[in-house]
Amino acid sequence: MLETVKKGSAGFVSTQYFTFAEPPHELELDSGERLGPITLAFETYGRLNADRSNAVLIEHALSGDAHAAGISVDENSISALELGMHGIESAGGTIDKRRLGWWDDMIGPGKAFDTDKYFVICSNVIGGCRGSTGPSSLNPRTGRPYGLSFPVVTIADMVRAQRHLIDYLGIERLLTVTGGSMGGMQALEWAVSYPDRVRSCIAFATAARLSAQGIAFDEVGRQAIMADPHWRNGDYYGLANPDTGLAIARMVGHITYLSDESMHNKFGRRLRNREKYGYDFSPEFEVESYLHYQGDAFTKRFDANSYLYITKAIDYFDLSNGHGSLKAAFRGVNARFLVISFTSDWLYPSYQSKEIVRAIKANAGDVTYFEVESSYGHDAFLLEYEAVTPLVTGFLAHTLEAAERRS
Amino acid sequence: MKPEVGTRDARLNYRADLERIASFVPERSRVLDLGCGDGALLKLLVDRKHVIGRGVEISEEGVRDCISKGLTVYHGDLDEGLGDYPNDSFDYVILSQTLQAVHKPEFVLKEMLRVGAVGIVSFPNFAYWKIRWQLLTTGRMPKTDYLPYEWYDTPNIHLLTVKDFHDFCASHCLAVDQACYLTNGHEVQTLPNLLAKLAIFVVRRK
Repeated sequence: MLETVKKGSAGFVSTQYFTFAEPPHELELDSGERLGPITLAFETYGRLNADRSNAVLIEHALSGDAHAAGISVDENSISALELGMHGIESAGGTIDKRRLGWWDDMIGPGKAFDTDKYFVICSNVIGGCRGSTGPSSLNPRTGRPYGLSFPVVTIADMVRAQRHLIDYLGIERLLTVTGGSMGGMQALEWAVSYPDRVRSCIAFATAARLSAQGIAFDEVGRQAIMADPHWRNGDYYGLANPDTGLAIARMVGHITYLSDESMHNKFGRRLRNREKYGYDFSPEFEVESYLHYQGDAFTKRFDANSYLYITKAIDYFDLSNGHGSLKAAFRGVNARFLVISFTSDWLYPSYQSKEIVRAIKANAGDVTYFEVESSYGHDAFLLEYEAVTPLVTGFLAHTLEAAERRS
Repeated sequence: MKPEVGTRDARLNYRADLERIASFVPERSRVLDLGCGDGALLKLLVDRKHVIGRGVEISEEGVRDCISKGLTVYHGDLDEGLGDYPNDSFDYVILSQTLQAVHKPEFVLKEMLRVGAVGIVSFPNFAYWKIRWQLLTTGRMPKTDYLPYEWYDTPNIHLLTVKDFHDFCASHCLAVDQACYLTNGHEVQTLPNLLAKLAIFVVRRK
């Protein structure tokens, strides 16, 4: 049970909801379709200061949610990560680890995103299934879940929706927008789409556009879901879920989040619960059982259609769209940037971060780049919190100082 | 790449070098510091001269120090750090005690003066009399506070003298705007190639 809150914790938190874009004022999407009403699930930690200059917006990755930090008091809250597998053992034995936020290592008093100094916001993306409007939400026009009638959304659409939340919270200018992977894409999109609303941007393990390799893996995941007979063209709500397909998609995903070295260190060729080969096809290597566990756990908290929609949004993401070039996309962007990549990340390799850096430099922008030595692969952005905390702390402190000097 | 700042003399010398370089940089100019180390010079320029400063540094530790000072820095090698910039992105490009440690000095100098109008280059003068004397009397590779490493374990792979640099500028169409020679923090007026421990050149394309 929840007896103590560990030091450095953002404390007990509850998800809040904000609804907007009621017809006829629906949100216009990149696809040309309109979506409304829209609900965004969000959480906040820390306090907004008097001049509203200390707001930090956290963007989650593919499978994340609004619960980024602290201990959730909400019923049926299971954190975005399959915890325990993600090194959050440090939380202390008295707290149900599954109630910790997905970036609890980075957000809280005295942490990188110090909730004693900053007002931290995290919201679930549209298209998601963790409280924000997505394909599993009820379509008010039909009274049934949207399913595939939900419009395809883009990273820019997700950011567009968040802008309404930031307006609602009364924040004119965010001190920073940050996130890793798809979260980093949203952070970059914020800086480019709303240059006057963002003072800085911290982009972890991300890219200005997903590589062909990344698209390829996403498509395998989607095909696994769509090949599941329970998927029924997305119209499975109230019936059996396409869990087998979703679990396979997640297994593929997890392979891309690790590295050869991290798999070797974590599993090697060790067998699980047996000494000898079984000469059959049941999962017997530890790496197999890890993937099966991750796949199964994922189906308990994630909607298969949301997986299709969100991976599609990632695939479509290309910051140069509508600008002609990446360099042109950053024209007129005045945020300070901190771009961080990880040496063993092959899903979002360092060269893609450098591409972002080059485009900002070409516009005489203010960009700091750091490549963290790590063996964890893409997961490093969640695991290497000790390496990145001092970088974020220094960068943010100086950004806030500069903001206060100007105002 | 920076001199070991273990001894008091070395620290003072290093500081004198930074102060002198800073004196060449006008207020509010755009400055790129190549091999900026812990960011001491860049920080000094930002605080005192209000420059728009950018750094390039390869060591993780150096980049961390720079970020904690609030500086904008690129973690990577000079080739990469320079190549990304369009022509004439900076007013001043600084190469402080780094030239002797780069793999392709000629390329780096050329790139410096592509991305910037003026280059400020400082390096330990290998023709300093004490170095000559050490080599003459001991017959072994000299070591000084600026060049403290063993021959087999040194980042300093392209050692040069004041005369060498003058020759280089002449053969590569570079104009020397100013030259400053320092020994233990004091300016050397005569016979710099013999008497100066450190040389600072301000150069531009002819």
